[in-house]
Amino acid sequence: MTQIDWTRATKYFLLADFFGGFRLGLKYFFRPKATINYPHEKGPLSPRFRGEHALRRYPNGEERCIACKLCEAICPAQAITIDAEPREDGSRRTTRYDIDMTKCIYCGFCQEACPVDAIVEGPNFEYSTESREELFFDKARLLENGERWEAEIARNLELDAPYR
Amino acid sequence: MNWTEFFFETNFGIFLFILGQCLLVTVLLLVALAFLMYADRKIWAAVQMRKGPNVVGVFGLLQSFADFIKYIVKEVVVPAGADKVVYFLAPMIAFILSVISWAVIPWADGWVIANLNIGILYIFAVSSLEVYGVIMGGWASNSKYPFLGSLRSAAQMISYEVSIGFIIVGVMISTGSLNLTEVVRAQDGDYGFLNWYWLPHLPMVFLFLISALAETNRPPFDLPEAESELVAGFQVEYSSTPFLLYMIGELMAVVLMCALITILFFGGWLSPIPGLPDGVLWMVAKMAFFFFIFSMVKAITPRYRYDQLMRIGWKVFLPMSLGWVVLVAFAAKFELFGGFYARWAIGG
Repeated sequence: MTQIDWTRATKYFLLADFFGGFRLGLKYFFRPKATINYPHEKGPLSPRFRGEHALRRYPNGEERCIACKLCEAICPAQAITIDAEPREDGSRRTTRYDIDMTKCIYCGFCQEACPVDAIVEGPNFEYSTESREELFFDKARLLENGERWEAEIARNLELDAPYR
Repeated sequence: MNWTEFFFETNFGIFLFILGQCLLVTVLLLVALAFLMYADRKIWAAVQMRKGPNVVGVFGLLQSFADFIKYIVKEVVVPAGADKVVYFLAPMIAFILSVISWAVIPWADGWVIANLNIGILYIFAVSSLEVYGVIMGGWASNSKYPFLGSLRSAAQMISYEVSIGFIIVGVMISTGSLNLTEVVRAQDGDYGFLNWYWLPHLPMVFLFLISALAETNRPPFDLPEAESELVAGFQVEYSSTPFLLYMIGELMAVVLMCALITILFFGGWLSPIPGLPDGVLWMVAKMAFFFFIFSMVKAITPRYRYDQLMRIGWKVFLPMSLGWVVLVAFAAKFELFGGFYARWAIGG
């Protein structure tokens, strides 16, 4: 003869779990909503957020990148391609700096590797495109990003500096 | 000949009159359905602390209409191996069957398109046929998941129809009539909501609510479209307007179940407090309340396993409802509890 668990049977037939769940559901029903109205409201971003890449310049307008190719070497996805030649004034600069954003895994190693803080990952994450080709960033595009986001990038680097 | 004579005496006039009534009920229902769909999503969202649709129109009220336009302008994709006639017939059957049940639903005293003496039998017959929409769709898709989904659905709907049938039989014994208007009239009395059938048939109210969930494939019994197992069940191969018809049909069946609970156990259009006027507003308010319950259940319950579903249907609900029928029949026959279970015996 099997033993009947009367407590369990009573709870089962009185729908105890159901009413408990219903009460909990009603409690959450009147809680404030957690939703953010995305395009109009945005969530906070950490200074360490790794978004769209940018190439920075010095305050006097000189490119920071010295074409050491450390970022190209460390990139685990091999998304970066760099060609370099001496400029007319003899300084070593890149002639080509491409990032294939469809390959990039946003690990931030390029930023870690860069000795002159030239390549950085900025706070921008809203750069979706309609075609694949638009995501092959070249040097001009990266420098333009640098100009557009310089204020935020500089502030984020400064905020993160004590922890490096 | 004046207009009254035309609409009540001549055959063509009566035909036009009934057609007008049908159109009125259908159009009002479909518009109400659009907002119920919105309410469903909002309630579901609120329980999960989300906002739900809030972009289209004020507070997102027009979301359902935007969805409607989206569905009808999308491309109709027909699987290559599908049986085209049955494939397109199935959603139409699902939709039409869910609409025609409303012919016998009394909205208020006398506000009914067809005052059938066997109204409840008619609803029962139509809702039994609804399984065909699902099983035909699953079969005609010529695909594995829809077929499995429709098999489950057929088994599930048939199982729970049995217990719903017995629950209704109990109410019918109490009333002594199969006419839905008579069922509500029998619940009229001096004590307002205490006269309604929910009190004598209390356990059956919950049984009916749960069976209605299973009958309409709502969570926690939405096994025919269990997405973790069957992608979307019988709807996998459907897109565009056929899918829309399935969706409307399904929601319409849910609202019909709300109406049935209201009529069978909660006094239809009767006012809960003696003295307040009865009317269609009470009917709508009660239906809205039960729709809220249905939505909340959807938000708070996890899906049942298939064998659990069958176990509850055949080993718990069937014996319980069958036993209740016997009890009610006994109490009614010998007029026990002062006519508590036999309203016809004490004259209303």
